[in-house]
Amino acid sequence: MRMVFAALSGALFGTGLWMSGMTDTTKVQGWLDIFGAWDPTLAFVMGGAIVPMALAWRFTRARNPALGGVFPPPPEAKVGRNLVIGSVMFGFGWGLAGLCPGPSIASLSWGGWEGLAFAVAMVAGMWAAPGLRSRLDAMVPVT
Amino acid sequence: MIQEDWLWGLAGGGIIGLAGAVYLLVNGRVMGASGIIGALADGSAKGEMARERVAFIVGLFLVPALIVLALGGASINAEGPLAIYIFAGLLVGVGTRLANGCTSGHGVCGISRLSLRGMVATVFYIMAGGFAVILFRHIMGVI
Repeated sequence: MRMVFAALSGALFGTGLWMSGMTDTTKVQGWLDIFGAWDPTLAFVMGGAIVPMALAWRFTRARNPALGGVFPPPPEAKVGRNLVIGSVMFGFGWGLAGLCPGPSIASLSWGGWEGLAFAVAMVAGMWAAPGLRSRLDAMVPVT
Repeated sequence: MIQEDWLWGLAGGGIIGLAGAVYLLVNGRVMGASGIIGALADGSAKGEMARERVAFIVGLFLVPALIVLALGGASINAEGPLAIYIFAGLLVGVGTRLANGCTSGHGVCGISRLSLRGMVATVFYIMAGGFAVILFRHIMGVI
């Protein structure tokens, strides 16, 4: 059952990404391009997604997930160095290619060699990340 | 003037939010694409947790592929040298894992529960993305 609903969620996520145009790199780069032909679509996508998600978070109060277990704990308040460095690296790659992890998988079937190269490199980066993180933490300890 | 693209963005965004709501309320997990893919890439997800993530990714890949096969509308507009996509993919892979989230995890799921980390991450990756577009499009002219 967990797999069925995970697949359903992935299917909805992919459908939404496709419908909203977020699998199109020009729309993502258009949103980031404040000095060019700025495209506000991404703000509508974010707004449209945050509303049902905020309702879902409200619904989790004093309840448990339908398939058992517990809901994720409240978010940590600590904004660490890795959060900032990681987000800057991510944003830089996101702007350069116009792709982030979800749309990269959703558009894989029609993304051509460029989309495939991005996805393979992304997975390789994710594989390497824990090692790089401990190296970074060893060089400059987190305070 | 409201453009049609913005309405598609809003509707697609709503479906993305619904996907996150299903993953949260049924499976009890935060729908973050980088976490779902990354925990498989670095081998930190095992057993049932790994199968659930694989199911999510299958849905995320397969359903947009089928929609595009049936209806068309496949545009990714990923052009330019492959090296750009490899470099960007590596940055996105390492960065999202270092920051523990991307556009879906920090953006959609984090902001919707007023997570400080989600909001800070979103500000930094949007700023870095904007900077990347200025640098690579307007200054260097490579994208």
